[in-house]
Amino acid sequence: MTTQIRPPRAVHTGLPGGLWAPALLALGLIVLPVIGLLVRAPWDRFGELVTSESALTALELSLRTATISTLLCVLLGGPLAVVLARGSVPGLRLLRSVVLLPLVLPPVVGGLALLYLLGISGFAGYALDVVFGVRVPFTTAAVILAQTFVAMPFLVVSLEGALRTGGDRYESIAATLGAAPWLVFRRITIPLVLPGLGSGMVLSFARCLGEFGATIAFAGSLEGVTRTLPLEVYLQREVDADGAIALSLVLVVVAIVVIALARPRSLEGVG
Amino acid sequence: MTTALDVEVAVRRGEFELDVTMQMGPGEVIAVLGRNGSGKSTLLTSIAGLIRPDHGRIVLDGRVLTDTAAGVRLPPHRRRIGLLAQKPLLFPHLSVLDNVAFAPRAAGMRKAQARELAMRRLAEVDATQFAQRRPRRLSGGQAQRIALARALASDPELLLLDEPLSAVDVEFAPALRSLLRSVLAHQLAVIITHQVIDALVLADRVVVLEDGRVVEQGLTRDVLTRPRSEFAARLAGLNLISGTATEQGLRSAAGAELTGVAEHTVLGEEAVAVFSPAMVAVHTDPPKGGARNVLPDLIEALEPQGSLMRVRGSSGIAADVTPVAAVEMGLHNGGRAWFVVKAAEVAVYPRTAASSFEGYPAPDPSAR
Repeated sequence: MTTQIRPPRAVHTGLPGGLWAPALLALGLIVLPVIGLLVRAPWDRFGELVTSESALTALELSLRTATISTLLCVLLGGPLAVVLARGSVPGLRLLRSVVLLPLVLPPVVGGLALLYLLGISGFAGYALDVVFGVRVPFTTAAVILAQTFVAMPFLVVSLEGALRTGGDRYESIAATLGAAPWLVFRRITIPLVLPGLGSGMVLSFARCLGEFGATIAFAGSLEGVTRTLPLEVYLQREVDADGAIALSLVLVVVAIVVIALARPRSLEGVG
Repeated sequence: MTTALDVEVAVRRGEFELDVTMQMGPGEVIAVLGRNGSGKSTLLTSIAGLIRPDHGRIVLDGRVLTDTAAGVRLPPHRRRIGLLAQKPLLFPHLSVLDNVAFAPRAAGMRKAQARELAMRRLAEVDATQFAQRRPRRLSGGQAQRIALARALASDPELLLLDEPLSAVDVEFAPALRSLLRSVLAHQLAVIITHQVIDALVLADRVVVLEDGRVVEQGLTRDVLTRPRSEFAARLAGLNLISGTATEQGLRSAAGAELTGVAEHTVLGEEAVAVFSPAMVAVHTDPPKGGARNVLPDLIEALEPQGSLMRVRGSSGIAADVTPVAAVEMGLHNGGRAWFVVKAAEVAVYPRTAASSFEGYPAPDPSAR
């Protein structure tokens, strides 16, 4: 028999014992509420509750809008992340902080801000109405805008982080090999940040799916048009608590699937 | 003679300032030597167009790449300048073959054709067996070989090499060095290196940078046998003492009088005294008489040097003695010692070269 030399396991540098209690409490605060939902769930009526017409409509609307919003985040936030990571324009640091605004702003405030920009009394909304006859608030488009607004920082921050960690050495080499900037972007920059882009998309999608405050302020709660699953949960809670719990569990399942399928590496401190 | 590359750049980065002028003849290979932070990499990246010099003009084969006065700044991808860095930097998401095919593809070649060409380039560096591998499954030496093939596949007019052997395992360096030698025989190239062997084997001429300025340049063998800067002397393994020329030889900056064989020195002008550590004897008592130079000093370090022992004084002077002699004399760090060298062994010549390096020799790879 051969003895294998194994690297030593994680070295114990002496974890202070006092950390355990608060750490367990924190974990409990995250896990126990979900268990609370599971315990209280009306399992006998579960199938019937989650397949009710209003639930299915809300779920379909949520998935549809969250998907479109995530794509918008990629199409608009992706280039923004590249500019923030690689650009050399003055005031870039300020711009980086501005991008975080939707992250720190209460969503309902964001919704109101959108309303007073694109609502009929907002300057952009007025212009849109007069010139194109388009009214944005209280439409599905408003839901998508609200979700894109709140989810954008998640995509920009994780993508920009991936770009900056990776550095531009490969891009420099590609340039000396005769590749013009657009070719470098397509064949080097994008493939190398795909993991970062992936985790950014997962985070954005999750944030879109859970969006509540900005949506209700800017898009209202019209069934089939703007009433996404979180809004439906909130509404159901007033009418039928069992229904709200069942739908909440649907959102929990979706969240777990998101984490399991595409674990956002940036959240694990790896990416 | 025509100039293949004409460089004149000034770059300012905070405290650091680079100000370099250099010319290269067709097919020439220049080694840029200098300490870390002397501006070697800044010079290279300016030539490649990856950083923008504050002032300067770079002309490659008659094409103006950079001309700050005229507002010309050709982007890196249109310069036809290849770069081989310390690390291979193979694109991790592409196979070895597609890495090498990258440049021809970027030039608009069809995929099949580009791969065919890439295969030929891989054959030149003896690496066709790795064609389908991913870069992460290569050793450092293999990866650098392939990075060289990739750089050559872009058919560069000028190849820049930034310490290409420094990250390669010692056992693979000789093979890669001889590969570089055969590649550079027909290639205009600038190579940054810390190794005297690279300069000897690969370069026609050397340029020594210190604090962002050229302190010395010339034919490799001239610079290594007749160094004028401390850096070149250290690379060549020679003692170099700078000072001003006197009747007998040289007065060092520290005030010591040295007698030597003067070559074209002008009294009172800056000069250097150069001699080999092998010609320096070490005494533990003040020696008497003779046409010799005696330099009292404190021993700072004793280190093995081949089969000998190198004794280093606090002034930087070095002497090679046999280990037996070192033991018998009881040499030790911090001990007093008199370094003695015969006048006939000390060459004294001007610190700045006469204009003998203005022209460049016809490249002769066999002479490298």
